[in-house]
Amino acid sequence: MAYSEKVIEHYEKPRNVGTLDKEDPNVGTGLVGAPACGDVMRLQIKVNPETGVVEDAKFKTFGCGSAIASSSLVTEWVKGKTLDQAMALKNSQIVEELNLPPVKIHCSVLAEDAIKSAITDFRKKQSARKEAAE
Amino acid sequence: MAIRLPIYMDYAATTPCDPRVVETMLPYFTEKFGNAASRSHGFGWEAEEAVEYARTQIANLIGAKSDKEIVFTSGATEADNLAIKGVANFYRNKGDHIITCKTEHKAVLDTCKRLERTGFRVTYLTPAKDGRVAPDDVKRALTDKTILVSLMLANNEIGSLHPIREIGAITREAGVVFHCDAVQGVGKVDFDVESMNVDLASISAHKMYGPKGVGALYVRRNKPRVRLVAEMDGGGHERGNRSGTLNTASIVGFGKAAALASLEWREDAQRLMRLRQRLRQKLWSELEEIFLNGADDPYRLPGNLNVSFAFVEGEAMMMAIKDVAVSSGSACTSASLEPSYVLRALGVDTELAHSSIRFGLGKFNTEEEVDYVGDLVVQQTKRLREMSPLYEMHQEGIDLSTIRWAAH
Repeated sequence: MAYSEKVIEHYEKPRNVGTLDKEDPNVGTGLVGAPACGDVMRLQIKVNPETGVVEDAKFKTFGCGSAIASSSLVTEWVKGKTLDQAMALKNSQIVEELNLPPVKIHCSVLAEDAIKSAITDFRKKQSARKEAAE
Repeated sequence: MAIRLPIYMDYAATTPCDPRVVETMLPYFTEKFGNAASRSHGFGWEAEEAVEYARTQIANLIGAKSDKEIVFTSGATEADNLAIKGVANFYRNKGDHIITCKTEHKAVLDTCKRLERTGFRVTYLTPAKDGRVAPDDVKRALTDKTILVSLMLANNEIGSLHPIREIGAITREAGVVFHCDAVQGVGKVDFDVESMNVDLASISAHKMYGPKGVGALYVRRNKPRVRLVAEMDGGGHERGNRSGTLNTASIVGFGKAAALASLEWREDAQRLMRLRQRLRQKLWSELEEIFLNGADDPYRLPGNLNVSFAFVEGEAMMMAIKDVAVSSGSACTSASLEPSYVLRALGVDTELAHSSIRFGLGKFNTEEEVDYVGDLVVQQTKRLREMSPLYEMHQEGIDLSTIRWAAH
């Protein structure tokens, strides 16, 4: 299969590979996919609790080149965005940006799921903290 | 010496023609272009003579008693189809049961599936973890309605060799026709239709340094004489088994490739085994959590090394070593998004099936190439593992099988 230049670029120089402290209350972690399906993405965001802006994002991905490129792209996109903006991210934007062929669309779906799941995790943590404070 | 890229390490998919093969073929495109079926002039006789010579060369390679037992086809897929459907349709009144194995090539499995839709019953044996079928399992699966056993000599993905000799003894005693898809093993490991009691054997030229588009089916003519219903109707070529004008130039090349293999396969096999051992040594000495798929020597093709690199997806690996041509059992390399059915039949974890890479070494690979590929794979496995959440979890001591993954 031929890859688009953008997929190769992200694959060879992935942005934001790494790990944030998942115990940090300002960090949200999304772990999606399954090893048996051949893709697992872990996407983490660090959010400023005052402004609700994503200050940092990291990923690690087990998957094909398109899966790695999709997660790399998403970490780049969500940085500096508010949670609501990040939540509005659609997989079709990833498909378009990376020129993913139909057989690789599930990689973009997974990346969208990963960011949503990270945001949900962060919000859950925040409300749990609030409850504990009250 | 600088290494030349890209490096071809996918000899199980296809092989380049040996230059000596090409040289032998060339006159048959131009001066010696006659139709081997033309009986009325020298052009035809010349082509026929060349075809018959090639037939002998191929018969010699597989130990066939008569060159009349070689039926030329367009390749091994056609040979598999002709063998299985040909026997099924000819012996239909005798029985309706076929035995094969889950790890056979699709040309065998899909042919069997088609026959099932027309009323035949097929037993798909499960191989052992190393990819080999147990002769006792074949014996147990036989019924008085069994007309055919079809098992491959060597597996294309994992290189495991079935115990063909032992199975041949069983089918001969039971009086059941034995077909062997010998594509991957002929010219690479010991194969002899007489001593192994093989009744039908499929061979392909392009897996043994000959041209693409030509293959053959060995059809036993004596003790027992095997009969087939032909697939192709027409001029009655190949003793009525396969109509169609013979592809003289390719057949000549196929014959030459067979002759070269007869002379050189033992030496090539030893050299390939050394190269494969060198690659294996390199990978195993520098990487943890890697697994060999298939059997160990002596039950493995000399040039095959199939490895699962845990926590690294196969297609990502192939992209990381893009100047090296290999293949993977990962789902991402197929349209179906299912990982290799061969590895799954062996009971390999789906995750590890996604992480498998097949290195197919061949006679033009060098030690330098093996060293280059070994270094590159070690380095890229480490890089991709640094990017893998599964590897991180593994290092933290998390048992991945205890996690409830969301299926997608």
